[in-house]
Amino acid sequence: MVIRKTKSVARLGAALTAAALAAPLLGAVGSSAASASRIPSTTNYPRSETLYTSGTAYSQPTNFNPNDPGALYTGTMGLLYEPLFLYDPIHGGYKPWLATSGKWQGNTYVMQIRNGVSWVASPTQNVVGTLTGNDVAFSIKLAMTNPTDPWNSNVASVASVSASGQTVTVTFKGTPAYTEWQDYLWHAPVLPAAQWGALSSTDQISGANMTPVSTGPMTLDSTSSTQACFQTNPHWWGAQLGLSFHFKYLCDVVNGSNNVELANLTTGQLDWSNNFLPGISVLVNGLGGNSAYGIKTYYPKAPYMLSANTAWLEMNTTKAPMNNVNFRRAVAAAINPQSIVSGVYTNIVKAANPTGLLPNLDKYINKNVVKKYGFSYNPGLAKKYLKASGYKGQKLTLEVPNGWTDWEAAIQNISNQLNAVGIHVTPTYPQYSVRESDLINGTYDMAIDNNAGPDSTPWSYFQRVYNLPILAKQGATLNWERYTDPKAWALVQEAGRTPLSNGAKLDSIYSQLETQFLQALPQIPLWYNGAWFQAQSTVWAGYPSALNKNDQYTPVMWGGWLGNMTTVYALAQIQRA
Amino acid sequence: MRRYFFKKVVTYLVTFFVATTIDWGIPHLMPGNPVEIYLGRFNISSNAQYLALQKTISQAFGVNVPLWKQYLDFWSGVLHWNFGISFYATAPVTHIIAQAVPYTLALLIPAIVLSYVLGNRIGAMAARRKVLDNVVLPIGYLFQAAPFAWLALALSYFLAVRLRWFPPSLGSNPGIGAGWNWAFIWSAIRHWFLPFLSVFLVSFGGWAIGMRNLVIYELETDYARYLRSLGASQRLVRRYAYRNAVLPQLSGLALALGVVVGGNIVTEVVFQYPGLGHLIFLAITNEDFFLLQGIFLFIIIGVLLANFVIDIAYVLIDPRTRLSMTGATA
Repeated sequence: MVIRKTKSVARLGAALTAAALAAPLLGAVGSSAASASRIPSTTNYPRSETLYTSGTAYSQPTNFNPNDPGALYTGTMGLLYEPLFLYDPIHGGYKPWLATSGKWQGNTYVMQIRNGVSWVASPTQNVVGTLTGNDVAFSIKLAMTNPTDPWNSNVASVASVSASGQTVTVTFKGTPAYTEWQDYLWHAPVLPAAQWGALSSTDQISGANMTPVSTGPMTLDSTSSTQACFQTNPHWWGAQLGLSFHFKYLCDVVNGSNNVELANLTTGQLDWSNNFLPGISVLVNGLGGNSAYGIKTYYPKAPYMLSANTAWLEMNTTKAPMNNVNFRRAVAAAINPQSIVSGVYTNIVKAANPTGLLPNLDKYINKNVVKKYGFSYNPGLAKKYLKASGYKGQKLTLEVPNGWTDWEAAIQNISNQLNAVGIHVTPTYPQYSVRESDLINGTYDMAIDNNAGPDSTPWSYFQRVYNLPILAKQGATLNWERYTDPKAWALVQEAGRTPLSNGAKLDSIYSQLETQFLQALPQIPLWYNGAWFQAQSTVWAGYPSALNKNDQYTPVMWGGWLGNMTTVYALAQIQRA
Repeated sequence: MRRYFFKKVVTYLVTFFVATTIDWGIPHLMPGNPVEIYLGRFNISSNAQYLALQKTISQAFGVNVPLWKQYLDFWSGVLHWNFGISFYATAPVTHIIAQAVPYTLALLIPAIVLSYVLGNRIGAMAARRKVLDNVVLPIGYLFQAAPFAWLALALSYFLAVRLRWFPPSLGSNPGIGAGWNWAFIWSAIRHWFLPFLSVFLVSFGGWAIGMRNLVIYELETDYARYLRSLGASQRLVRRYAYRNAVLPQLSGLALALGVVVGGNIVTEVVFQYPGLGHLIFLAITNEDFFLLQGIFLFIIIGVLLANFVIDIAYVLIDPRTRLSMTGATA
């Protein structure tokens, strides 16, 4: 009896083993029903016809609504929906996109909308309509009337919009907010009035929009928990500009950790990566040049990457000692950004100009002002400023989000440099949400931040520095240093109401703002974070590169880049390797 | 017997209630505010717009009501199998969990069961063969002590990046849609192997060492000596020893299977394997407490069910449990 039972245990073991061997099959296949929220039209994407991208999406594709920047998936803007103009940060200037022209006539702005643009349904690729001025007018009106529309504040000075055929006339109240309107033109999507008008006001802003009707170069083909795949749109109007895609499919994969992305790139599972990969310069350069792993970057040597945004040291200027200008000057002179550029980033980023304005805004930087008031690494001077500030040796913290390893290393470096001149700073690494809450509520001493992204003018940069009034909860990403300078804020507002064509006046205003900025140092710009881009050249070639005049386009799929700058031009240059 | 089951069921129901309440409460203790994180993804350039969005988003996720109301809503959700919308993935929590469960089960059930079966066999053999023992023991200790993350990275580096035998990450090839076709099944198996191997090796070491020690202990007990002194064959003694030694191992197996629904966080993160462990990691880093609550509820149910099953299994396997229920002593 006893022995029989032992056998039954053994039999149980055998049964478990068999079940265990069968489980991966059943489990993995069983997932198919659950994971495919839409039935893919092509089950398998041939490697030779598919461009794999990554580096933008942090969660699975569940939303393709261009009005919902909090939830939309990569490609929603750019591959599906398109703006009226694009901005070219590398060569400067705007490129006509869904609008072929736009002109100011006094207080009105008149646009011609492109002919021959089709509204195409995903995933069937059926043409369901033609783009007219009415679609553009509808999109602008939606932004005007719905306060949760992401472009609501851009159109605050618009009084009315009318469309006649392909002509759209926008009339402004009083002096137009020229800069914010210009930002609207190259940021906001043009929506299909027929389909979007039928949605509820909530769905217009945050509906999932899983079967988009769009004008862009691709249509949505399939989604799974780890990727979204797009198919080239045979009805795309890009031929009018000589543009077409040479790959048939583009799959954008949800981000994994750095090590996973690096492995995917080096093994050729991934073609185009916009992930931050620490030490990528070593792979590109150190191991036998670009051929080692077939990895390409925008510049073949330092700084390897284009600049994407300004990392600055943000101080809570409502608290002592950060409210003292001499203390802030001491901090600025005590830090050596170059040591972070080479030590932490292995030269894949550049040290910032003292104004913090990105390289694409160089023409707005007054070199004389920078020469006269700019700061640089000078520990001796830092000690003098510190003495003048009357700093009483308060213990301060400097925070970055937990897990942002490059910033964690950077603030260790910065803290050492600050302590070396006698400023007692401890680096801290709170969870992202805690740090976000600290900045919004002003419950911090110092932090590293990069809330001013790329723009075509210095306006939004200075808006982020000087925006008033300051609320108890600074929810918008504005003035987190809580610095009050009504004169500077008035200048920012004046710049916003100056036509972009009035270069002399804009230059004068921005020079004044730069002077104020460098004298008072409400923020301390340190380095430019890179527009991380590395590509694998085994399957595809013709990636964006500074070396080739025909390939100088933005190599970035991030929000605000893919659909708004010249990334679509870059994609059109890609060919089979 | 009936009283025994009644008592057990009541205990399990009370445990379920308490555990689920804690499951609801703990994510709320995390510092920070998920709505703020969610809004951080927008690049909001006006405070008025921030307030408008904050109101809309709080309403959409049902966090604009007092805590007690959120607690009641949560229980109502549990009873209707609706755990709300994930902040991080902006999709229903049940939908996201349903996508991840098959991957986790496919990864962990074979790894745990195979390592259990082989580990016990080889552990028991090692207990009586000195040569094998000298090999199995150090290897077992090495694997058991190896941190999951390190072993996973080492496997990934050598077998995926250097030798390119297996893909380094994901649950299947990105270009292949999930479905009942050989291309997908083959790709899923290739992606499954490395995470499987890393869990298998670590668990195998644990089972083997445990079994070896238990069998050695059992072989030295009085009943084993008595059997031997009666002239019972070595084979018979070993069978008795194995049967007694396997009991604590079986409890361990049940517990291991109970937490299977929680996935294996480290392995799944290292291999970006789209299972529940990876999801827990994402839920925590994004303060997605609806998702976290949903997954933890799965774990609670899994552990309770596994314990219940082992309670019953003990009655069937170990006669002493049966005897104690009828009042006799073993």
